[in-house]
Amino acid sequence: MKSSNKKVFSRRAFLKSSALASGGMLIGFNLFQACKTDAEVPVDISKIHFNDFNAFIKISDEGIVTIFSPNPEIGQGVKTSMPMIIAEELDVDWENVYVEQAPLDTKNYTRQVAGGSQSIRSSWEPLRQTGATAKQMLINAAAKEWQISPEECTARLGVISNRTGDTLGYGDVVKLAATLEIPENVSLKDPKDFNIIGKGKGNVDVDKIVVGEPLYGMDYSEDGMLYASVLRPPAFGQKLESYDASEAKRLPGVVDVITIGEKYRAYKAAGHKSWAAQLSSSDKVVVIANTTWDAFRGLKAIKANWVAESPLESTEDYDAKLLALLGGNKFNTRRSDGDIKKAFAEADKVVERTYEAPYLPHNCLEPMNFFAHVTDEKVRLIGPTQTPEEAAKSIAQLLERDLETVEVNMTRIGGGFGRRLYTDFVFEVAEIADTVRKPIKMVSARENDMTTGVYRPAVKYRIAAAIKNGKITGYHLKEACANGSMYGIIADFFPAGAIENYQVDSATYKNSITTGAWRAPYTNFLASAEQSFFDELAQELNIDRIQLHLNLIQNVKGTPDERIQYSPERLEGVIKLVAEKAKWGQTKPGVYQGFSVYYSHNTHVAEIAEIVLEHGNPIVKKVTCAVDCGIVVNPTGALQQAKGGVIDGLGHAMYADLSFKDGVPQSNNFNNYQLIRMAETPKVDVYFVESDLAPTGLGEPTLPPIGAAVSNAIYAATGKRIYKFPLMKHFNEQEKVLS
Amino acid sequence: MPTYQLKINRKTYTVEAELDTPLLWILRDHLKLVGTKFGCGIGQCGACTVHINGTATRSCLLEVPFAVNVEITTIEGLSKDGDHPVQQAWKTMDVPQCGYCQAGQIMTASAFLQRNPNPTDEEIRNAMHGNICRCAAYNNIEEAVKLASKQ
Repeated sequence: MKSSNKKVFSRRAFLKSSALASGGMLIGFNLFQACKTDAEVPVDISKIHFNDFNAFIKISDEGIVTIFSPNPEIGQGVKTSMPMIIAEELDVDWENVYVEQAPLDTKNYTRQVAGGSQSIRSSWEPLRQTGATAKQMLINAAAKEWQISPEECTARLGVISNRTGDTLGYGDVVKLAATLEIPENVSLKDPKDFNIIGKGKGNVDVDKIVVGEPLYGMDYSEDGMLYASVLRPPAFGQKLESYDASEAKRLPGVVDVITIGEKYRAYKAAGHKSWAAQLSSSDKVVVIANTTWDAFRGLKAIKANWVAESPLESTEDYDAKLLALLGGNKFNTRRSDGDIKKAFAEADKVVERTYEAPYLPHNCLEPMNFFAHVTDEKVRLIGPTQTPEEAAKSIAQLLERDLETVEVNMTRIGGGFGRRLYTDFVFEVAEIADTVRKPIKMVSARENDMTTGVYRPAVKYRIAAAIKNGKITGYHLKEACANGSMYGIIADFFPAGAIENYQVDSATYKNSITTGAWRAPYTNFLASAEQSFFDELAQELNIDRIQLHLNLIQNVKGTPDERIQYSPERLEGVIKLVAEKAKWGQTKPGVYQGFSVYYSHNTHVAEIAEIVLEHGNPIVKKVTCAVDCGIVVNPTGALQQAKGGVIDGLGHAMYADLSFKDGVPQSNNFNNYQLIRMAETPKVDVYFVESDLAPTGLGEPTLPPIGAAVSNAIYAATGKRIYKFPLMKHFNEQEKVLS
Repeated sequence: MPTYQLKINRKTYTVEAELDTPLLWILRDHLKLVGTKFGCGIGQCGACTVHINGTATRSCLLEVPFAVNVEITTIEGLSKDGDHPVQQAWKTMDVPQCGYCQAGQIMTASAFLQRNPNPTDEEIRNAMHGNICRCAAYNNIEEAVKLASKQ
């Protein structure tokens, strides 16, 4: 288990400073790469271009610290937690710290992506180094002022003191500090002395959110802006054949009706590829209007004819194909230990089960939208994206512009969950704005958003275990997934290493329904399948479910296998913590528990769900969750992420189902696609393992275990094993309390 | 195009709009009061909740002719300085994750507490059931409503 980032950072390679003309000091730093040796930090704050440095700290003459945060905020709290790390090592009062979203100005950005729960993990060390180096520069300046050695000075909460009791504020010495050399060796704080990290900090935007300030892409507007809405093929596999816009053009507020698609096809024909764009190549009809409502109204009046260009699939079609793949032999082997053939041939008993999950839309509450203004000189793009760098690069290629002339500004994001890693909506608005040459905001209605998504793929797992002499001797997992398959290291998660003969195979089936990352990609359902399966194995072996896990984990301790991703000790830690906190096995009559544990995104999580039955239907009352994510940077944010992940995962496991008929998604809004609501929500108790290891991600890892925790509790309550999600499809539909 | 006089946050606005235009888009696109959010357009998610004469109402379903001669309150007008007890409770509990649904949640909660200042847990859960939070910050929303009810 590689738990900390051991890379050595050279301060000179990623930090530079300048004295600001308006007063104060500006420190530019690059999180993940060395900056160009000739790069200069600007002396005017308005000249910040983020070309040479991807983030800046400004310390004013008054000692106020402004941190230009480099990562997009999608609700996972990095806009708060990353500056907290800098402020901790800089040692300033958090009250005096302001955070601004850094705009993107094309090149030299790395990992300015919010996804995979990696923001905190990959930047922990350099953020600390940055804060500590800045602090040392201020100390050096104060020492110079006092004509003493820096060793005789200390800094705390924005004030430097010496042994004779003199003090200087950071603001008093910034001018001098900016002219000093960047120190090479700075010491980092002992985690014991942290006074910002580990203390709950409110979301930095909360004051603005509760009064409705315009923060989101959907809220952005400027003078002369027009609104656009896009008519996309109603079925996956279709393309536009012809359309009639005469009625739409007569409607009030409609300015124009155009088509787009040609530029995107040319982009593809030129061999360009963007991993972040998932777009139908069909022409699309766009209504340009004075208001969003005018554009929506206009869209409904378009009469379009669509033709199939590839098979129009229904749920039963791809279900049959995925099952056939599981029964076939066209697999890509992801990992193979020992000899599973032999283990299964010699087994006393073989248990084999198949688990199935549907496509899922992301349903970010802020529907897809983006602003663009294209002129001869410049391309301005503003809106909610998780991948601004990729957007800038690909739009420059789409419109055949120099990258330097493409500017992307990020707004606060009304939910990402993976959806805003893809830039289909940026491609669309850029092509519209290039045609119309006016400021344009593209807005999708909910129905368009849900039915033209980039979905979590439908996926099926078949898992077999060989049992001999009361032990699991073989484990064979097969995956069949639409348009993708599990990525590299997932096969090295538990139970890899714990079972001698172990194999993971995957197979992919391609269709035209676009798929992509969805909160905790692949593991979001893989964990449900495996952790349900282990529940059955425990029963088969007549052993307590948690004891089975603890026994298996012993096999991994001290393993020389460097591929193993999880730590058996940390896994054991969360299992024991959750068992203790949830009082495993000691429930009141009528309350049933289900256990699940999973390692993903570098974080170990165990959960116990408690359900009761009402009119035969399972009601989840409580979930206890134990998390080992190393040092908890921001406990307030961490609790929110952990609880949100559990409830989000729970809601989707219980209710979520997107089916298709002839390529058309069968749900299109929240009246026919059920998201979890408050009255269905359990109380979630989260416990963090105390740790001084480097922090790991939290946006995703509490989600994967919950599906099986609930499914196993349902088995405990009803004797019913559920193999096909969503869970509530197997019960009488409750009366839906919808307003 | 017909014109309408709307009383929003104690100010009178005159707008020109087609009569099928929902109040939501009058607020957002005509008047740039964008605190009221667009989520679903069919009254299912509650992101667009405003007060009409003090009652929580879905502005995405209320066509503009029905929004005259009533007092409309939006998140921007709920309090002078963001200090309504519900807003304060939201800050204390640090409720928002992505934050997009929160204006609607606050408007639902504030109208509910006005009508029922001492609710039971069950009443809170039912009152807030019409508002979707896609980040699933429900535990914190529930706690914040409880906290506000004690102010």
